[in-house]
Amino acid sequence: MKEYIFRRTLHMIITLFAMVTIMFFLFRLLPGDPTMTVISSAMYPKAQEAMRVQFGLDKPLLHQYMIYLKNLATFDFGFSFHSSRSVSELLGGRIVNTLVLVLPSMILAYGLGALFGALMGWYRGSAFEAVLVLLATLLQAAPVFWIGMMAILVFSLNLGWFPTGHLVTPGMFIDQDLRMYLSADFLHHLALPFIVHTAYQICFPLLLMRSSMLSTVGEDFIEFARIKGLRERRILFRHAARNSLLPVATTIPMILGWALAGSVVIETVFSWPGLGLMMIEGVQRSDFPVVQAAFFLIAVLTILGTFAADLLYGVLDPRIVYD
Amino acid sequence: MKWLMHFVRAVHESRAGRISFYIVVACIVLAFIGPWIAPYGPFERVYDPVTERLIRLSPPTRDHWLGTTTLGRDIFSQLLWGFRSAIVVGFATAFGVVAIGVNVGLISGYMGGRVDTVMMRLTDIFLGLPFLPFIIVILAITGRSTTTIIIAMTLIMWRSAARVVRAQVLSIKQQSFVAAARTTGGGDLSIIYREIAPNIMPIALVNVAFSLAWAIITEASIGFLGYGDAKAISWGTIIHDAYASQMMYQAPWWVVPPGIAIMVLVSAVYFLGRAYEHVVNPRLAGQ
Repeated sequence: MKEYIFRRTLHMIITLFAMVTIMFFLFRLLPGDPTMTVISSAMYPKAQEAMRVQFGLDKPLLHQYMIYLKNLATFDFGFSFHSSRSVSELLGGRIVNTLVLVLPSMILAYGLGALFGALMGWYRGSAFEAVLVLLATLLQAAPVFWIGMMAILVFSLNLGWFPTGHLVTPGMFIDQDLRMYLSADFLHHLALPFIVHTAYQICFPLLLMRSSMLSTVGEDFIEFARIKGLRERRILFRHAARNSLLPVATTIPMILGWALAGSVVIETVFSWPGLGLMMIEGVQRSDFPVVQAAFFLIAVLTILGTFAADLLYGVLDPRIVYD
Repeated sequence: MKWLMHFVRAVHESRAGRISFYIVVACIVLAFIGPWIAPYGPFERVYDPVTERLIRLSPPTRDHWLGTTTLGRDIFSQLLWGFRSAIVVGFATAFGVVAIGVNVGLISGYMGGRVDTVMMRLTDIFLGLPFLPFIIVILAITGRSTTTIIIAMTLIMWRSAARVVRAQVLSIKQQSFVAAARTTGGGDLSIIYREIAPNIMPIALVNVAFSLAWAIITEASIGFLGYGDAKAISWGTIIHDAYASQMMYQAPWWVVPPGIAIMVLVSAVYFLGRAYEHVVNPRLAGQ
């Protein structure tokens, strides 16, 4: 086990190293001179030169790459080309906004998904199951940004229940601090993107739990529990559902990384200033430091998540042997 | 061809599979004839025959079944043209993804050892990349066209197919017919492609279906984010145009139809994939 963790850690570091290398050279291929957004041609040539030196863009590419690696190792993401603020500072606020939206909705989606998925598997062949399968598939098949637009159309514009987007009412808060995140205004803005994201995220655990249940209910120990005369509900939740949870639970870490990367569309629809929106803006402005840092963060989370999933599998299922 | 027949027969065993099959076939047919039966071109501006003025943002009428856009384009025609883009991009990406995934999975799983380690590390790298942002970056580098969209999507989507196929190969490898082929002096390549490959065809076909569904949704997302092919109309770019014009909520006839088209086609593909999966993997069917 110890050796397994050690070897996996080594692999993770190599994977991450390869990835940041690809990213570094990939972003240098982007068209357009990124410095043009900060370095105006109206400036004196000397001032332009000074800016270039300040950003380290005067050095050869390989040298830039070495500096980049060194900085990454110390979690120094440098400065944004666009706003000249430090990337960590920009990223910090943005990632909180994304997590506030994504994390609770993931937890809710997995909770409800596992519960209803278990019921669907148990009541196989019922109208209840058929309707939920159809609903979940339709929801999964619709692009999430379109569902978001439909929700805005119905609940914000026709019914007037929710605002159409943004974190808070413009001008209500000066700082993004705890006071803002706890305000009723913020929660009111959060509600609609939260519901849409949860509805979209629930489909995967729901359908997975259902098919996992279908293979569990056919097993002997369920039959045995019946023969023992246990109550239906007890067999359903204690025996069948519990044993079906394994393949569902292990997808959580991977889906989380995937949700972070996928947040870009829902954030665009709801003008939600999170990580996803930041990446798109960064690409449009050729703001390498920002995009690189966001990619790096998602990569680290995904790689750690996959590792956690593998370990989780072993903890939940003692039959698994690491070698 | 043999596999296609097997697939068609298998999905016909359930009602959901049958209905989905006809929906997908209808969409493929519309991809061919859609531009022919569309009353207008996708970028053609329509004028009122009497006043000769551009018909901007008109609600559905007898002449324009789904109304017009702010630029006076017929939305029903755009929707019909959109079938071509969805089907072409979807199928091209799905086949590309599965072709790469199957080969990587076969070689990695069969060879094992160092080859396997290197290939799986490579897969891990791609698994760590953020999906949609990566595609956007590639499109920003290469420029936006239907071909580059297909390439960008294939480049990142093969990763999951490779892992699924590899897992399957690992278990097939243990079976006696593979050992038999080895003792009769079959080379590695012949064992991989003659003995093992036919056995992973079912899982490859399931993967084609799910990749197809994913590719259609992703293409729509790319279009929505403004990175779609500017020279071709797709359902994603229709929604993007509505979004960018800021008139989408005043003109529901503009955004609702393309979304429904995506939803119907993609859910039919999902049902098709699942119907086939049930037949080739009876464990899923319960008792």
